[in-house]
Amino acid sequence: MAKTILEMHNITKTFPGVKALSNVNFKVEEGEIHFLVGENGAGKSTLMKVLSGVYPYGEYDGDIVYQGKVQQFNKINDSVDVGIAIIYQELALFPDLPVYENIYLGNEVKQNGVINWNQTIVKAKEMLKKVNLKVNPEVLIKDLGVGKQQLIEIAKALSKDVKLLILDEPTAALNEDDSENLLELIKELKKQGITCIMISHKLKEVVAIADKATVLRDGETICTLDAKKGEINERTIIKNMVGREMNNIYPERENKKIGDTILELHNWSAYDSQLGRHVVKDANLHLRKGEIIGIAGLMGAGRTELALSMFGNPKQYKLTGDLIVNQQKRNFKHTSDAIKEGMAYVTEDRKGNGLFLLQNITNNVSAAKLKGIANSGIINDNEEIKVAEHYKKSLHIKASSIEQMVGKLSGGNQQKVSLGKWLFAGPNILILDEPTRGIDVGAKFEIYSVMNELIDQGLSIIMISSELGEVLGMSDRVYVMAEGEIKGELSGEEADQEKIMELATQ
Amino acid sequence: MKILNEASTLIKENIRDYGMYIALFVIMVTFNMMTNGVFMSSRNISNLLDSAGYIAVLAVGMTLVIVIRHIDLSVGYVAGFLGAIAAILLMQQGLPVYIVIPIILLLGIVIGLMNGFLIAQLGIPAFVASLAGMLIFRGALLQVTEGTGTIIVQNAAFNALGNGFIPSLGQILDRHLLTLIVGGIGIIFYIYSELRTRHDKMKYNFEVVSIGILALKLAFVSTIIGYITWVLAGYNGFSWTLMIVLFVTIVYHFISNRTVLGRQIYAVGSNPEAAHLSGINVKKVTYLVMASMSMLAALSGILYTARLQSATTTAGMLFELDAIAAAYVGGVSSAGGVGKVTGAIIGAIVMASLTNGMNLLGVGISYQYMIRGGVLAGAVIFDVLTRKKGK
Ligand SMILES: Nc1ncnc2c1ncn2[C@@H]1O[C@H](COP(=O)(O)OP(=O)(O)OP(=O)(O)O)[C@@H](O)[C@H]1O
Ligand SMILES: [Mg+2]
Repeated sequence: MAKTILEMHNITKTFPGVKALSNVNFKVEEGEIHFLVGENGAGKSTLMKVLSGVYPYGEYDGDIVYQGKVQQFNKINDSVDVGIAIIYQELALFPDLPVYENIYLGNEVKQNGVINWNQTIVKAKEMLKKVNLKVNPEVLIKDLGVGKQQLIEIAKALSKDVKLLILDEPTAALNEDDSENLLELIKELKKQGITCIMISHKLKEVVAIADKATVLRDGETICTLDAKKGEINERTIIKNMVGREMNNIYPERENKKIGDTILELHNWSAYDSQLGRHVVKDANLHLRKGEIIGIAGLMGAGRTELALSMFGNPKQYKLTGDLIVNQQKRNFKHTSDAIKEGMAYVTEDRKGNGLFLLQNITNNVSAAKLKGIANSGIINDNEEIKVAEHYKKSLHIKASSIEQMVGKLSGGNQQKVSLGKWLFAGPNILILDEPTRGIDVGAKFEIYSVMNELIDQGLSIIMISSELGEVLGMSDRVYVMAEGEIKGELSGEEADQEKIMELATQ
Repeated sequence: MKILNEASTLIKENIRDYGMYIALFVIMVTFNMMTNGVFMSSRNISNLLDSAGYIAVLAVGMTLVIVIRHIDLSVGYVAGFLGAIAAILLMQQGLPVYIVIPIILLLGIVIGLMNGFLIAQLGIPAFVASLAGMLIFRGALLQVTEGTGTIIVQNAAFNALGNGFIPSLGQILDRHLLTLIVGGIGIIFYIYSELRTRHDKMKYNFEVVSIGILALKLAFVSTIIGYITWVLAGYNGFSWTLMIVLFVTIVYHFISNRTVLGRQIYAVGSNPEAAHLSGINVKKVTYLVMASMSMLAALSGILYTARLQSATTTAGMLFELDAIAAAYVGGVSSAGGVGKVTGAIIGAIVMASLTNGMNLLGVGISYQYMIRGGVLAGAVIFDVLTRKKGK
């Protein structure tokens, strides 16, 4: 019988207007990999924030029993002191500092109160070895890919002598290779006796490595599934998550009516003068009315850059080649020009450049089409509220009201607000950059259904995605990018995992 | 009982917005008691509001500048310099007032566009760009006043902007008639707009506050407007400065709350990159906000010169810091995207009340600075604490 390392009893946490957790019970045994799954806004992140002391003792009800003792964390450091480390949904590294400083930040290697940098570097190297990462500890964080950054977060946690490691959606921003890498590492850590709690919306991962999985729904514990009893499979998890059976992950699209070409690129290149290299090279592609094209590739393949270069070029790349939208050659000077031609771009980085986090849902939804709620420059607040209510309802955005600050929504609901903003802009070419990153299965299905509806209405969609399943499940055609170039085009029928990966890693 | 409950939740939810008003109220009542009623006398209130005017208009502009995450340190000497230019045009060139004022405002706009060019186009940090502007205009002020020293302005119409009052049209109950009329119109307009907002909301089937609460609010605000009007009407009535400040406030309040441009300003402040990707022209917004700031600095210079009836070699000194302090007391946040024009006005009045009240009490200047510093820090602390608890 394994020892119980953590028990959370009857945890209740309320925010003004929302009960995020109500009487949640959660039990973890020592040395296991325990997943926490549930829909967006179910309360997963909140539960982990309670555990790690982000919400200090007194701000929630219930007990945390860790290693047999009732704990009352008043600040994050209290939980760190007893060996609990959390890696948040958003990475918390300092991009302009080197790897070794990041690993030991807040936990400096000191001698008589003075930091010993040489010692720090030596120790950082050890930590990097533990996470199987071969990088020079002196490189800056911003020069590393997200996958490596994620490993550095783990190295940082390990440096603090962690016993219980919590990872909130660690693979959401990683491609398949990096994800696999990370999962291997987690299994490795398990062998060393480290207990791990992971939040993820990628059910494949859960099935692959979980010992247990606890399902939360609407702030309540639904059940804990056990791998030993054979309970951990996608079907069971989904059923418990959404409260009903779901037979398809990708909705069927009935009548495909594909029309004329509405967007074309000819020998399209984008040169980034800050990086001093081409981020897009000689791209040729076309998009037809009523079509979804998928753009696959690894992280850093230039897919986002390709999208931005078409969408009014906000990064000021030097562009060559032709962009043809609605049968005319275009030279967009600003994103607003692209929007006027009916283009919309839903960013992959909703917090960084998608949303106005301090503003409410209403103001976010209207932001890309203020004219739509205004009369000769004067805003009609009520019209705006109506619009926001409409998208809250049609996209099932979970929030206490449309007045809620977007920064306080759960990750998946933020994504829906971001999508709502662009749907209100009424585009006919919609570029979706990682549209389902951090989104639960149910909501994914909803988003896919919305995409299909839009297609039926005659829109065209360019979908950039690192999730091969989604690319294969939704696209009519697939382009594969690597190193800024389009390496190949596959029709929906011929595309499969191997062919895509082959092109992507060519 | 139900009304009380509704009122208390309303206040709790909006404590950040009401906090300043409550603070101002407390400050005024306290000074009034300590000075045995001198503080709230017609004459003193009139004086206080006039002395706040040239900072208040700066604070309005500064609020928007801070909302878009910039700062403008040059406003003080821009005001000083343009005030001196106004004096020169009036006295040495003999131009009439109605030509001088538009010229000065236009010069302000040009200066603002230059700031905008440095900040938006060249990407120079606003702090540095405007610090340079501060030095340049300080020099320019000295340059134009070098030969003459202080320039006395002998132009009654111009000076009235800083010292004069609106005409009376007669007295009623020993009070200033036109002031009462303007105050009355203000109240009617206020009630009308609140009712209209409510009506619109009902047309959309949205929730509205109960009639009781609305009546309470209308009565409360109307009483305050009425009281101030009554007090001022007992002296010389509304001053031109006050009318100008009110006008600026109403225009800026409208723009920032009700127009597409206003939304764009707050969007740029909240997240410039997201704003850009939403098709908002961040550069254009920056140009506009900086231009508006310097135009208000020009206005501030006019008000100040008119008030002193002369342009001095040190005019404008430290105005920028007073304006920034007023904006922060008024609830603007340096993280961007948050802050109200009306807050800035209240902030300016709070700061002016402190100075005025402490002067009446004969508090030494050394303590005055410390107390004002304390209030500034206190206001920002309050803001930070209440924001944490926000929705
Ligand atoms: N600081 C906050 N203020 C107000 N409400 C909050 C706050 N943090 C979270 N919530 C609300 O609590 C609920 C649970 O949010 P939480 O972030 O825990 O969800 P989650 O399960 O992690 O979802 P996701 O999978 O989308 O990340 C949501 O309804 C969210 O809007
Ligand atoms: Mg979460």
